[in-house]
Amino acid sequence: MTTAQARIACGAGFAADRTAPAVDLVERGDLDVIALECLGERTVALAALRRLADPAGGFDPMLAKRMRLLLEPLHRTGTRLVTNAGAADPVGAARMVRALGAELGVPTTVAAVTGDDVLDRLDRTAPAWEDGLPLEAHGELVSANAYIGADALLPALDTPAAVVVAGRAADPSLFLAPLAHTLGWDTADWARMAAGTLVGHLLECAGQVTGGYFADPGRKPVPGLADLGYPLAEVDSDGAAVVTKLPGTGGRVDRMTVVEQLTYEVTDPRGYLTPDVTLDMSAVAVTDTGGDRVAVRGARGRPRPAELKVSVGYRAGFRGEGEIGYAGTGALARARLAAEVVRERLAGVPARLRVDIVGHSALHGAALAGAAEPYECRLRVAGLAADRAAAEAVGEEVSALYTSGPAGGGGLRVGTEEVIGVLSTTIPRERVETGVVVLEGGAGR
Amino acid sequence: MRVRLHEVAHARAGDKGNLNTISLIPYDPAWYPALCAAVTPEAVAAHLADRVAGPVVRHRLDNLAALIFVCPRAPEDTVTTSLHLDAHGKSLSSALLELEVEVPGAPG
Repeated sequence: MTTAQARIACGAGFAADRTAPAVDLVERGDLDVIALECLGERTVALAALRRLADPAGGFDPMLAKRMRLLLEPLHRTGTRLVTNAGAADPVGAARMVRALGAELGVPTTVAAVTGDDVLDRLDRTAPAWEDGLPLEAHGELVSANAYIGADALLPALDTPAAVVVAGRAADPSLFLAPLAHTLGWDTADWARMAAGTLVGHLLECAGQVTGGYFADPGRKPVPGLADLGYPLAEVDSDGAAVVTKLPGTGGRVDRMTVVEQLTYEVTDPRGYLTPDVTLDMSAVAVTDTGGDRVAVRGARGRPRPAELKVSVGYRAGFRGEGEIGYAGTGALARARLAAEVVRERLAGVPARLRVDIVGHSALHGAALAGAAEPYECRLRVAGLAADRAAAEAVGEEVSALYTSGPAGGGGLRVGTEEVIGVLSTTIPRERVETGVVVLEGGAGR
Repeated sequence: MRVRLHEVAHARAGDKGNLNTISLIPYDPAWYPALCAAVTPEAVAAHLADRVAGPVVRHRLDNLAALIFVCPRAPEDTVTTSLHLDAHGKSLSSALLELEVEVPGAPG
């Protein structure tokens, strides 16, 4: 059954996003679907690594917390949920959600979308987009996940599942698939695929289109930022959409917030590539109609790319970090002296070393920082090394500043962590086989 | 009138691998032609030289009166392997808005 208009919302824009706005949207949004985008570029690689250490650790650790709050409102309102929080283990995540439903007395049928994990069929000699070197030249590969699209999600939506859990589905596809399902769109209708992808792109970062990551006091005020509402879209069958938020929530939706999000993370606005379509934004019209409502239309589509993008995780070594603070008159000069000492002590130890002064020039370098003297600043040293011991030397040398460095250093923080690097490549579509596992609602595991 | 971009425009930075994207959107679309003339890819690359290896590519979205700058970082400076405090480069929008340019008719 298809309808003339779909109501779709975004309840999370990244793994650690707030939980309450999603509950509010399900309760009051009169939604067809809510999507939770919980997977960053490296999150799935980290999840793959966690799963190697703990078979139950392959999906987003926040998912259980979210679903505990959402399962009952979803059931009561008949709203479906789509998420990529399955990360490296969508089936494990689906099992957890189904068990949680049984525990809460809300029997929930859950579908897992499989097949994005392509580590066993990856061409390891293929060049990485980042540097042109073969993937395998970078280190041990620990994960490879293809960005699967709406065509992989739609079969799950054809089941009775109330909750659909995927891994590395492309972010806009989490929205496009339910729109196509609800509105009866053909996945070869490039204009509609483009329109739905545009809606997905606007919604996928949750609060970023409703005034989150936007406020600049004196220039760009945002009312009620601490109670930011997350977005929903009303989408017509021809693809025309209105982006808005629930009445009474904080934030703002207007031309400014929408254009900032529209242009976010776009490397080619005339050829924005997803698994579903090649989107052209150059004729998109954004119309602010007031009342936190913005109409968006005019997306143009061309056929989808022949290959799927793949994110490849590899062991990139170890990062050691150390920080120490200086304050008062001459703080900057003492931090600079500490920097010289640590540079001299660490010469040649980590393969790469970066020394910054936080509070002065750490974000954009000395040229933009100018000559301003801060009251306080922090020396920050970070090094990347192939082995853990060399990385730990960074923290050790910053620690030694306590008794062997300039006067008055305080607030020491040190740490070392393994680094999972992420590279990009592509894989032919025919080498990626997606599937659906349905876990019927009911008691027990 | 010579102004900091912060006076006339807003911006948002994003990232893809070892690319940063920064959009630039004038508060008043009337200032868009002036921004197109003044905020060249070369000017952005020079201004952000500490974080951007270049060359910078600029996309004009005349339909939205918005510009997108695609700023390549050094090959080893990907979001996941970067040693920068702001590994994503999310704060680069603020750096771009520090650039001073000539914008006729801009508020002083």
